[in-house]
Amino acid sequence: MKKILSLILCIAFICTIAIFAGGCSSKTKLFVYNVGDYIHPDVVGMFEQENPDIKVVYEMFDSVEEMYMKVSNATSPYDVVIPSDYMLEQMIDEGLLNKINYDNIPNYANIDPNMRNLDFDPTNEYTVPYMWGTIGILYNKTMVDDEVTDWDILWNEKYKGNIFMLNQERDMVSVALKKCGYSMNSDNEAELAEAEAALKEQSALVKAYCGDEIKDNMINGNAALAVVWSGDAYFCIEQNPDLAYAIPSEGSNLWFDCMAIPTTSTHQAEAEKFIDFMSRPDIAKLNAEYIGYSTANTAARDLLDENVKNDALRYPELNEDFMNKMEIFAYNKSRNAKLTDIWTRVLNS
Amino acid sequence: MKKHFFKNFIENIYLFLMFLFLYFPIVILMIFSFNNIKSTSNWGGFSTRWYVQMFSDDALLGAFGTTITIAIIAALVSCVIGTAAAIGIQGFRSKKLKGLINAVTNLPMVSSELVMGVSMMMLFLTVNIPLGYFTLLLAHITFCVPYVIVSVLPKLVQLDSGLYEAALDLGAKPFYAFRKVVLPEIKPGIISGMLIAFTLSIDDFVISFFTTGNGVNNLSIYIYSSVRRGVNPMYNALSTVMFILVAILLFVINKRSSSKTGDSPIGVLG
Amino acid sequence: MFKKTLSYPHLVWMVLFVIAPMFLIFLYAFTVTDDGGTLSFTLENFAKFFEPMYIKILFNSVWIAFLSVVFCIILGYPAAKIIADRDRRRIAMGKKATGLLMLFVMPMWMNVMLRLYAWLTILQPDGVLNSFLSLLGLPKLDIMYTQTAVVLGTVYDFIPFMIMPIYSVLIKIDDSVIEAAQDLGANKMRVFWKVILPLSLPGVVSGITMVFLPALTSFYISDFFSGGQFMLIGNLIEKNFKNPVGRNFGSALSIILMIFAFLSMHVMKIFNKSNRQMDMY
Repeated sequence: MKKILSLILCIAFICTIAIFAGGCSSKTKLFVYNVGDYIHPDVVGMFEQENPDIKVVYEMFDSVEEMYMKVSNATSPYDVVIPSDYMLEQMIDEGLLNKINYDNIPNYANIDPNMRNLDFDPTNEYTVPYMWGTIGILYNKTMVDDEVTDWDILWNEKYKGNIFMLNQERDMVSVALKKCGYSMNSDNEAELAEAEAALKEQSALVKAYCGDEIKDNMINGNAALAVVWSGDAYFCIEQNPDLAYAIPSEGSNLWFDCMAIPTTSTHQAEAEKFIDFMSRPDIAKLNAEYIGYSTANTAARDLLDENVKNDALRYPELNEDFMNKMEIFAYNKSRNAKLTDIWTRVLNS
Repeated sequence: MKKHFFKNFIENIYLFLMFLFLYFPIVILMIFSFNNIKSTSNWGGFSTRWYVQMFSDDALLGAFGTTITIAIIAALVSCVIGTAAAIGIQGFRSKKLKGLINAVTNLPMVSSELVMGVSMMMLFLTVNIPLGYFTLLLAHITFCVPYVIVSVLPKLVQLDSGLYEAALDLGAKPFYAFRKVVLPEIKPGIISGMLIAFTLSIDDFVISFFTTGNGVNNLSIYIYSSVRRGVNPMYNALSTVMFILVAILLFVINKRSSSKTGDSPIGVLG
Repeated sequence: MFKKTLSYPHLVWMVLFVIAPMFLIFLYAFTVTDDGGTLSFTLENFAKFFEPMYIKILFNSVWIAFLSVVFCIILGYPAAKIIADRDRRRIAMGKKATGLLMLFVMPMWMNVMLRLYAWLTILQPDGVLNSFLSLLGLPKLDIMYTQTAVVLGTVYDFIPFMIMPIYSVLIKIDDSVIEAAQDLGANKMRVFWKVILPLSLPGVVSGITMVFLPALTSFYISDFFSGGQFMLIGNLIEKNFKNPVGRNFGSALSIILMIFAFLSMHVMKIFNKSNRQMDMY
């Protein structure tokens, strides 16, 4: 009797679980995985309205490394991911991305030709560029009396406790490498060691290493200097006109975030539909205005305000001079582990 | 008498300071949830816009729904498994075996939440179960069951098993006897176990953080990832609503339990 | 009535979702996977932990957890004692308890992240605390992104877990014991030190175990308040599990943490036992 009872109990709870796990609607679920705060909040709803048979499950990650972990584990069936250049290169290299059928993405014609065929996807088979930008120094003009021209200012004792750095190993080690006069993609032990030493030396001056908190702190005038991505810089400058953004003369990082379809995707056609939607000029304009980064979509850029689309810092001319100064991160597997170790040592120095 | 008054005075000041420490942050949040501007230090006039924004934020409402449904299912399922287990454990004669089972049962409570979370994540990854609602639920049930067992067991120990046997002798069917004789005795244990499970599940962050994915968030995870993007008074509004809900809930529970048994269920957590 | 079969669903569940995952952690901790995907036994994951940097992280987190526990006791014990005294007096008079304890644990029932968010907004350099201080003409306090902020967050988060067990022990102390001590000529101080404190130690001990381990591992608190300036062992484990190549090391760290947990639990148990024996005399 009791045996039967316990058996029934077992079955009952398995059933409840199964019902709740399987109780989904008949709509096609499209899993989109993007960085946090990197899309206009209405865009997903607009897409769903135009495609009533698709339900978008929108998930956000804090870092592309987190995204990579989930996609490479293949436990989550993401359909569209939006990572940065070096990560795309790695994912292409490891066979984690599906080739895109560009015939299904007519709006691809709007993408700036300068943004196609870049190093990470030289034959242009896997990616559709979304946003691009630089890394530079955001500073408060009322608190910084020196001219911000190079990375050295972040090592200036005068600004002790007034500097915010990103908690991003790749970007910060790159800044230190540039400051020491090396390539951002350097894999040379001695050069990396020099960069590490520089970062450790600087850590006494740094107020905090963080992510999006930097924005609020800079807007509220809590710090003088911060290393930020260009889009965040414009976002802050709009809220606080005392702020300004500079790309140091030693050069900096030029990056591209692109949409791509991982091999885990089970809805290639819907994913392409979504990517096409995101590349439509009106949608791309909404996103560009909301996020503040530079859009890779020429047609959308034309729709932006005059002073925005002609801003030399936001949309620098991608001429040879500029491109020589800037570097795109390259993927290098053995270097990744070194960066992680360096960064742990810097944070705990 | 005067000395007594003095002591009372000092004690009251101490209690007041402690309350200040505990409630000051919450009161500040509540006040600024009605602030018209996006600041947590300057007042820009009265407004309920953050409440409007909160109730139109689909992601937030979704996370809230997940939290509540997970907590309810986890509490119910763990209550059934836990109660059955507690009765079953009493049936083991061998001291050694009983000790072993108790040790295993206690494992989730004594090993850190963090270890529980990462180890279950590894399990789901290894056997290729996609992280999401289902895995989140499994994880929550796993850490809730031991708390139910722990709160039911003492009631079973106090129970006079002769009563049950007597009921059987009088011709009652086993399940009927269980329902009429045993259940009323252990009910307070079951209820407080369920309440503990429910509140633990609602508040859990660490284990959920590692065992969910695919866009399924509970409230803790959702707030964790959004708050770091910057201060948003919407969370003040959310805190206010949550606090009022909790206050009402606790008030009701306390009223009910103190009128019946004299001790409140929160004591069991201690 | 106590049919063993009733416990089988639970046992199966525990084997599937507690024992099996633990086994996986052990497997990962003691192995490495090479590029070809073959597993091999190794101790290097544990050896890595003994690099000075990781030892430093461990010491740092133990120090922060220790400070948090100490502040929880200093702040929580008197509160628990005052409430328990009042409740005891009222119950002795046949009245209902004051319900003050309820007020103390109520913040705990609000979402943990919202509680921390509250402090986040207060501690901001331009937050309520500093506006208040400058209103009084006092210098600004800059505690955001420091160790102080992390300890504050931890204490705020876990203090109910210290107050509750102490309260539940104190409330059960028999008044006759105290009266007996007073009759024997002990003054209030002596009664407290010689009778009440030893009797309440089990509560303190269980409070310590409930605060110390979570304080060591709650990576979200230091995420909020440390500004990346230092890591807790919890952050280290979280980081390593987020990154597929770090899982072996992360597993080793988890095992070290578990050993730590069991050791401290054991020490507390022994301490509690010897203490109880002392009560006999």
